Amino acid sequence: MSNRKNSLPGLYIHIPFCKSKCLYCDFYSLTDLSLLPAWLEALQQEVLLYKDTFAPFDSLYLGGGTPSLLDGFQLAAMLDSLRRHFSFYPDTEITLEANPDDVTREKLHLWRDLGVNRLSMGVQSFAEPDLIFLGRRHTARQTEQALEWVRIAGFTNLGVDLIYGLPGQSAGDWRKNLERALEFRPEHLSCYQLTLETGTPLGARKAQGRIKPLPEEAERELFLLTSRFLEEHGYIHYEISNFARGEAYYSRNNRKYWRHVPYLGLGPAAHSFQGGKRWWNHRSLDRYCQALSDGVAPVAGRETLSAGQLHLESLYLGLRTKEGVDLNLIRPQPRGDTMLGELQEAGLIKLHHGRAALTREGFLVADRLPLWFSD
Amino acid sequence: MSQIRNFSIIAHIDHGKSTLADRLIQYTGMVEERQFRDQILDTMDLERERGITIKSNTITLPYLAQDGQEYELNLIDTPGHVDFTYEVSRALASCEGVLLLVDASQGVEAQTLANLYLAMEHNLTIIPVINKIDLPQADVEGVKEQIDHDLGLNAREAILCSAKEGIGIDAVLEAIVAKIPPPRGSVDKPLSALIFDATYDSFRGAVISCRVFDGAVQPGDIIRLMYNNAAYKVEEVGIFWLNRQPQKVLSAGMVGYIIAGIKTVSDTRIGDTITLEDRPAPQPLPGFKEVKPVVFASIYPVSADDYQTLVEALEKYKLNDAALTYQKDSSAALGQGFRCGFLGLLHLEIVQERLEREFGQSLIMTVPGVRYEFVLKNGQTLTVDNPQHYPDPIHIQTGREPFIKAAILLPERYLGAVLKLCLERRGVNSHISYPTAGRVEVTFEMPLAEVIIDFYDRLKTITQGYGSFDYDLLDYRDSHLVKLDIMVNGEKVDALSMIVHQDRARQWAVRVCERLKNEIPRQQFKIAIQGAVGGQIISRETISAFRKDVTAKCYGGDITRKRKLLEKQRAGKKRMKMVGAVMIPQAAFVAVLKTVKE
Repeated sequence: MSNRKNSLPGLYIHIPFCKSKCLYCDFYSLTDLSLLPAWLEALQQEVLLYKDTFAPFDSLYLGGGTPSLLDGFQLAAMLDSLRRHFSFYPDTEITLEANPDDVTREKLHLWRDLGVNRLSMGVQSFAEPDLIFLGRRHTARQTEQALEWVRIAGFTNLGVDLIYGLPGQSAGDWRKNLERALEFRPEHLSCYQLTLETGTPLGARKAQGRIKPLPEEAERELFLLTSRFLEEHGYIHYEISNFARGEAYYSRNNRKYWRHVPYLGLGPAAHSFQGGKRWWNHRSLDRYCQALSDGVAPVAGRETLSAGQLHLESLYLGLRTKEGVDLNLIRPQPRGDTMLGELQEAGLIKLHHGRAALTREGFLVADRLPLWFSD
Repeated sequence: MSQIRNFSIIAHIDHGKSTLADRLIQYTGMVEERQFRDQILDTMDLERERGITIKSNTITLPYLAQDGQEYELNLIDTPGHVDFTYEVSRALASCEGVLLLVDASQGVEAQTLANLYLAMEHNLTIIPVINKIDLPQADVEGVKEQIDHDLGLNAREAILCSAKEGIGIDAVLEAIVAKIPPPRGSVDKPLSALIFDATYDSFRGAVISCRVFDGAVQPGDIIRLMYNNAAYKVEEVGIFWLNRQPQKVLSAGMVGYIIAGIKTVSDTRIGDTITLEDRPAPQPLPGFKEVKPVVFASIYPVSADDYQTLVEALEKYKLNDAALTYQKDSSAALGQGFRCGFLGLLHLEIVQERLEREFGQSLIMTVPGVRYEFVLKNGQTLTVDNPQHYPDPIHIQTGREPFIKAAILLPERYLGAVLKLCLERRGVNSHISYPTAGRVEVTFEMPLAEVIIDFYDRLKTITQGYGSFDYDLLDYRDSHLVKLDIMVNGEKVDALSMIVHQDRARQWAVRVCERLKNEIPRQQFKIAIQGAVGGQIISRETISAFRKDVTAKCYGGDITRKRKLLEKQRAGKKRMKMVGAVMIPQAAFVAVLKTVKE
C-alpha cells in the first residue's frame, strides 16, 4: 500500500436510524423514522461547518444505524452534498452498511450507481435461533438471497459481519456459520465476539441472570477456531475481529481509527480525530439538530491527547493489529525489554522486522498488554 | 504547697477516663461552655476517633473546695494502653494519688489491675470511682465486690458517678482534695524534677512536662538533664491550662512545663531528672528506664517517588514521638524505606495512621516482628530485628526470642477457648486463679512474637469483648527460629520474609500463600507462589494465567473510552510492585499483614 493511502483522512457518516433495535446493540440509533428528514437537513448543516477543514478523503463510510434503509432520494441527496463540499480521491472506498432485509435488486443497482463500491452486510448469523436471540429482523434465507444479489449486482468488495460466542453456542455451530459465510467468498469478514453490554436488552438479561455468557474457555476456543479456520481459507487475520482476503481488502475506514489517521465523523454520536485532537458529537438527535440549527458544531466533548495518551493509544490500537507496533514504542519504556522477553516466552508476542505483534494467543489478552509497556 | 493535689486517672480503655477528665475540667470552670468539646485533652483527631489517649496531656484545675479554700488540682493524663506502660509509670510517679475508674457495667479488667499495681508501687492514694452508673446494665454492687476482692480496696469509699451525665463530679473533686495528700518536698533543696512527657512545638522546640519534687526553676536558669547529661538555658516555665500559662517560677510540688531551647523531644527522655547546673541534686529520681522498642516493621512509600517526602515526614513525626526509632531499610520489591521500632502494636498502628493522616503518606508496612537474638557458632551474639539480617543458618548455634508474661482476666465461661488460644501461641507455664466467682485470671509465659500479631483482637473475639490483657517483658529464651521466605515465580519477595518459630512456619506459609493467591490478579502467565524455609518449599499456590481479555469492537467511539480505562488501570498499576515480571498490588502486602492478624 502506498504512503498516500496510509495517511489520507476518512469520512464517516452516522445514520442513526433502524427499523427496530437489535437486542445486543449499543450504538446510537432511533426507530422513529419520521425524524429522518430533520436529521438529513441537520447533516447538511454539519457538512458546511467542516468544509475545507480536512484534506481530500480516500474513504467514505456510511454506518449506523441502518444506512440501507435510506431511500434513493435521501441517499443521493446526502452523497451529493458530501461531494459538493468535500473532496474525495477518485478511488475512494465508499462503504455502505446494509441489513439483509433492506436489500433488493433495485437498491443494489441504486447503490452502485451512486458510487458505493463496498458493502458491509450485517449478516450476524446464518442460524435462525441465533437471529431470534439477537433480535435481528431478517431470516437466514433473506440473507442468502441478499448475498447472491450483491454479487449479481457486480459488487466486488463484500464484507460480512458475524457475531459469535452466543450463550450455548458450540464450536460446531460456529464453524457451520463460518462455512456458510465462505460460500459467498466475502472479501472481508468481521467476526465479533458477542459482548453483553450494559444498557442493552441482552445486557439486562445477563444482569438478571437469565442468560449465562459462555465460559472463558469456550470463548477462547471459538476465537482461536475463527482465526485458524479463516487463515486456512486464505484470509488475513489483520485485526482482532477482522479478516480480509488480501491487503487490498482491509477496511480502509477502520484502519484509520487504529493508526491515528485523521477522520471526520458526522451525525449524532460520531467521533472525529485530527492533529492529536478528538471530538465527538451529541449522542442525541435532538441536541444534535438543535446545535446545528443554532449554527454551532454539535460537539459534546473534545480532548487533546498528550504525548503519553497518544503513546498508550498507539500501543493499544497497534497491538490489536497484525502489523503490531514499532519496537521504538516499547523498548524505551522502563522494563520494556524485560516484558517483551516475558511475553515472548509466554507465546503472546512475536518480534519481526523491528515490530512487535501479538500472536493469536496474544490477541486473546490484548486489552491488558499495553499496560506492560506504558508507565 | 498544701493547696496542691497531683493526681491521675487510671482506667481500662473505654471506661470513661477522657469523659471524666472533661467533666472535671468543665466543673472547675476551666473552659467556657462554648469552647468545650468532647475529650478536650485528646488533641489529636486520632485520639478522638479511637477514643484513646496517645499523648498524655496535663492540666491544672483551680478548685474552690467546700472547705472554702482554693486548690490547684493537677490532672496528669496518662496514655491508656499496654504499649505505654512506662509512660504511665512516669506519670504516676509524678502524682500523690489516682482515681481508679471502673466501668459499672464492665467491671475490673486486666489493665485496671496492671495500672492499679503501678499505682501501688508508687505508694499512691487510690480513690476507686465507679463510672457509668446511669447505664441500665450497671452492676454497682458487683463492681464494689470486685473492688473489694480483686483489688483489695475499700469499696465503701468508692465514689459513684456518671461522667457522661455529670453525676457525682463534685464528690470526685472533694475526694481529691480530702484524700490525696499534698505534695511533699522542699523548695530549698536542689532542683529535682521528673520528666513525664515532652511535646514538640514548632516555634519553641521541646516542651517538657515535669513534676518538681524539690527546689525551683525559673527562666534564665541553666538546667541539666541528668541522664542525657546535657545542659540548657531555661527560656520559659509555666503551667498547663488549656494553653500554656507562663509563670515566674516552678517550685516543689508543682506540675508544669519547661521550655529550654531543646530542639526535639528525642533530646529529652521520659523519666529523666532535671536539675540545676550550678546546684545539682545529689542523685537522679529513681525509676528511670530507657524505653526500647519491642516491635519492628518496615515501612515503604507506595510509590518510590515519595521516598523523600517519607524521609521528611518521619523526621517531623519523630520530633514529637521519642519512642519511635527508625533506620534506612531497602527491599528489592518495595524499594527504599525504613525499619522502624515501636513500643508495641498499638504504637505501630498509631505511627502508621498518623504518618498517613497528618503527613499524607501512602505506606506499605511489612509484617511486624520482634528483636531476636542468635548465638553463632563462633560465640558471637547477633541481634536481629529485620528478617533480611537473618544469619546464615549454618552459623547459628541457637536462636533466642523475647518472652512475656501475659495476664488475662476473663469470665470463666471463656476459659477453654482462651487456654486454647494461648497454647496455640506457644504459651507455657500457665497459672490460673479465681479472684472472684465467675472470673478467672490466667497468666502465661509466651513469646512476644505470638502476641504482637492479632493476639489481642483474637482474645477480644473469643471472649466476646470480656477478656482483657496485659503483659510484661520477661526474658529471652532459646527458640528454634527459621526464616520463612515467600517466593513469586521463584523470586523472593523480601518484604514478605519473616523470622518464625519452626513449628509455626508451615502454618504461616500456607496462610500467606493463600492470601496472596487471592490478592494478586491473574496475569498473562501462570504465577507460582511458594513459601520456603531454607531451600525447602513448604507451601504452594498457583494463580492461573489470564486467559481472555479483549474487546471485540474498537472503532471511533470506543477508543477514548478504552484509553480512559487503561489510564485507570495504569494508575492502579502504579500502586503495584513488580517482583520479577509479576505485578503485586499494594493491597496484597496489606492483606498479608491482615492475614497474619486474623
